[in-house]
Amino acid sequence: MMKRARVNITSKCQGFPSADGRIKRQKTELLGPFLAQRPAEDWGNLPHHVVLQIFQYLSLVDRARASSVCRRWNEVFHIPDLWRRFEFELNQPATSYLKSTHPDLIQQIIKRHAQHLQYVSFKVDSCTESAEAACNILSQLVNCTIKTLGLISTARPSFMDVSQSHFVSALTVVFVNSKSLSSIKIDDTPVDDPSLKVLVANNSDTLKLLKMSSCPHVSPAGILCVADQCHGLRELALNYHLLSDELLLALSSEKHVHLEHLRIDVVSENPGQTHFHAIKRSSWEALVSHSPKVNIVMYFFLEEEEFEPFFREETPVTHLYFGRAVSKDMLGRIGLNCPRLVELVVCANGLEPLDEELIRIAERCKNLTAIGLGECEVTCSGFMEFVKKCGGRLTQLSIMEEVLIPDNSYNMEQVHSEVSKHLGRLWYPDMMPTW
Amino acid sequence: MVVNSVHWFRKGLRLHDNPALQEALNGADTVRCVYILDPWFAGSANVGVNRWRFLLESLEDLDTSLRKLNSRLFVVRGQPTDVFPRLFKEWHITRLTFEYDSEPYGKERDGAIIKMAQEFGVETMVQNSHTLFNLDKIIEMNNNRPPLTFKRFQAIVSRLELPKKPLPTITPEQMDSCRIKIADNHDEHYSVPSLEELGFKNVSQADAVWKGGETEALERLNKHLDRKAWVANFERPRINMMSLLASPTGLSPYLRFGCLSCRVFYYNLRELYLQLRKRCSPPLSLYGQLLWREFFYTAATNNPNFDRMESNPICVQIPWDHNPEALAKWAEGRTGFPWIDAIMTQLRQEGWIHHLARHAVACFLTRGDLWISWECGMKVFEELLLDADWSVNAGSWMWLSCSAFFQQFFHCYCPVGFGRRTDPSGDYIRRYIPKLKDYPNRYIYEPWNAPESVQKAANCVVGVDYPKPMINHAESSRLNIERMKQVYQQLSHYRGLSLLASVPTIQEEVEPSLSDDSQASGSSTTGAMLKCQRTTTTTMVTTEATPTVVTSSAATTAIAAPATVMRPAVSAQPQRKRGWPTELQSTQGCSQSKVQHISKSSTSQE
Repeated sequence: MMKRARVNITSKCQGFPSADGRIKRQKTELLGPFLAQRPAEDWGNLPHHVVLQIFQYLSLVDRARASSVCRRWNEVFHIPDLWRRFEFELNQPATSYLKSTHPDLIQQIIKRHAQHLQYVSFKVDSCTESAEAACNILSQLVNCTIKTLGLISTARPSFMDVSQSHFVSALTVVFVNSKSLSSIKIDDTPVDDPSLKVLVANNSDTLKLLKMSSCPHVSPAGILCVADQCHGLRELALNYHLLSDELLLALSSEKHVHLEHLRIDVVSENPGQTHFHAIKRSSWEALVSHSPKVNIVMYFFLEEEEFEPFFREETPVTHLYFGRAVSKDMLGRIGLNCPRLVELVVCANGLEPLDEELIRIAERCKNLTAIGLGECEVTCSGFMEFVKKCGGRLTQLSIMEEVLIPDNSYNMEQVHSEVSKHLGRLWYPDMMPTW
Repeated sequence: MVVNSVHWFRKGLRLHDNPALQEALNGADTVRCVYILDPWFAGSANVGVNRWRFLLESLEDLDTSLRKLNSRLFVVRGQPTDVFPRLFKEWHITRLTFEYDSEPYGKERDGAIIKMAQEFGVETMVQNSHTLFNLDKIIEMNNNRPPLTFKRFQAIVSRLELPKKPLPTITPEQMDSCRIKIADNHDEHYSVPSLEELGFKNVSQADAVWKGGETEALERLNKHLDRKAWVANFERPRINMMSLLASPTGLSPYLRFGCLSCRVFYYNLRELYLQLRKRCSPPLSLYGQLLWREFFYTAATNNPNFDRMESNPICVQIPWDHNPEALAKWAEGRTGFPWIDAIMTQLRQEGWIHHLARHAVACFLTRGDLWISWECGMKVFEELLLDADWSVNAGSWMWLSCSAFFQQFFHCYCPVGFGRRTDPSGDYIRRYIPKLKDYPNRYIYEPWNAPESVQKAANCVVGVDYPKPMINHAESSRLNIERMKQVYQQLSHYRGLSLLASVPTIQEEVEPSLSDDSQASGSSTTGAMLKCQRTTTTTMVTTEATPTVVTSSAATTAIAAPATVMRPAVSAQPQRKRGWPTELQSTQGCSQSKVQHISKSSTSQE
């Protein structure tokens, strides 16, 4: 009798996974007689909070399986606490090796758990359909109070291939409905000025983080509106073409909290032909005096000749990454004008060794603790001089072995032992297989 | 008691320093040298014509050398599990010898053969000579885990005794005492097959840049040492245009097929060094290439999934893109980047490219530009590269794609700048992409930037005569560095701003000294990647911004519809691999199933 009742319960229940009916039935049949005979020791009688505790250690699939065991476990399965965070993975078999979140599960979440979701991210592969699927889900998240939203392309930026209107309407659904968004990560998407306005209108009190590198439909005015209204904004990531003196001043207004992290990607739309505007020294100064601890991270992906407008004056940048070749000139200016520099990564340089530039950086950038050099030729002596001047404060030191040029003073073995001595730990250059 | 030996050649295609062959000869009444291959499937295997030619030339050379000793090479058509029972009976074999194969597939295959030999009352003798050291000893000394950094590996190697001294070559006297009568129709059954027999039609012999065989290998070794003695500089030479071209002193394919003994190479280098630098003992860097090879063999020997991302405990899981079209462009040298295309053309034509050229194309395919899985690249190399060995090839690809071994991922090679720095003249490009030969130096690495008039004057208009670049390098490196950062930050649980600190440092690297006792936690390498030393340096709002829902991925794994199986475009059908001599095969899964299949069919025949 009891067995039948249980079977009824489970078969009626909408519990996930619905596609997995066979397993469900097997389990109930297996457990049924046992439970029927000894009801006192029914695992189903475990208090909710105990089951919840256990469920928190289980993977979603195990939780789902367990939820098919009995009604009580199924109830726990749907406790809101377990649905605060969710990462939707949307991939197509043709473009990704990764698996996707099961459509049934997505439906369940939209139906039963949308209002519980708080930390939501979407990971999509390079296929447009995946990004569209993400937008479709987004537009259904109407009754929710999402706090963080991340749209992440794991391969190519496929959100850029979704029609702008589709994307924007999906995104604004969340902006309008959530009203307490604090973090938004929407790099490489077609978000635009009007949708940012909606964001500001609904979430200005709560927004702390906004990452929107490479969003070509946003204008400097659009981002300025965010900075003007969202005084709690602490982290911002954007492209250089959105960066303006006005923006820096807005972020430095009295009403604004201290900015903690500003990331700027410097990319040219027409390689070799883009002219970059300069930012006034006074604007940078305003930012740093308002937020003395702010980290300013700049990623450069430019051709050598495009560096001309940068670092002509003192710039409070802390982290610098050069994805392509950098001119000696530019590195020389960094030594002169970047006193707050903490980390410097240079992927490549031209044909001449970088000795003097590095030594100057060591002398002038007193906060420098991390440096990475890729295809950058340096003589062993120049490199040693650099390391001596920085000494133990270098917590990260990475250079490819093949770009160190042995000279009369040092060979590779000596560089290894001398650098280890100055750093106070075992150090080796990075190696690549010679095969 | 009569001793009838069979020596089974697989790799180790040589008569010098061949300890297993010496065992075969030792006190034997008869000795036969066999090589087993199955021509039926050869043409369709995922192995290019250059590799086949190199193998056949090496076999021809062995046969020629054996003739001089009044013996012959027996190239037996078929699969080892079918062939050996027949040979054991026909030749009344009592002893089987072969060189130790450290690779997981090879170990399994050999285990089956040893068991079979036992059933036939044949004793088996296996000798290590493809690697300098006993790999298991290295693993044992590293707390029963293969070292995952090259430095750690070197530290262990420096504490090992020198490799065993090489053995002399087989002498006519040795062979005389165990001579067999060669049948008049030997060639009818046991000759070295031609490329035509293997299914390669219309292959011109003139093409081969690398000639296979022990004789050639030893000549090259002499030239190699002569040049080293002449230069008297043991530092790694700086790369230039000439180093990109196939060199008459290059040895890697010969080491791969065992035409040259690595120990002979090792001791020759050592003696030369001692001779020229009287007081110094040679540094490990002298043996650079040999040690890299050894490093990857060690890393792979107990890891049957070493050649894939899935279920490979040392491989970082990276969400590579699946893009057969882009892969084909890369593999066929149609990327529109002359530097990449020239390298891929050289690889296809000649079967060898410089190691920095390998870095360039591997980086371009994976983390640098195309974001395509290293497994796809590995398979293309496996088809085309003469010195591609299962362990070394997969290991190098994991290394170069930053999928293992704790690499800083910011080291990206620019498909324009790297080539230009290496060969400013562009002559390398002109040699392999003749279409571009009239381009001025300034534009030869980036023809799309040449003004139309220049393109016309050079008779090669980009987009018409030569492809446009398939990708915007600046844009793709921006995206890819972010992707790598995502992957690595998740791995190291690092949430700070530092790019460099995203890469976990491995415990073993930090340990100042080696411990002898094997108090290590476990025997597997699982989780080694995660044993990182990293503390969060900056805690920011970001921490909650992108919650990583560990559970969801696990959940979807099981719930999702049929798993996406990793079968990139270039992979061959499983059974098509059968043709490549079994010890050279690389796809574990299908090889294993093949072994089972064959043993079944052989029992049913009896």
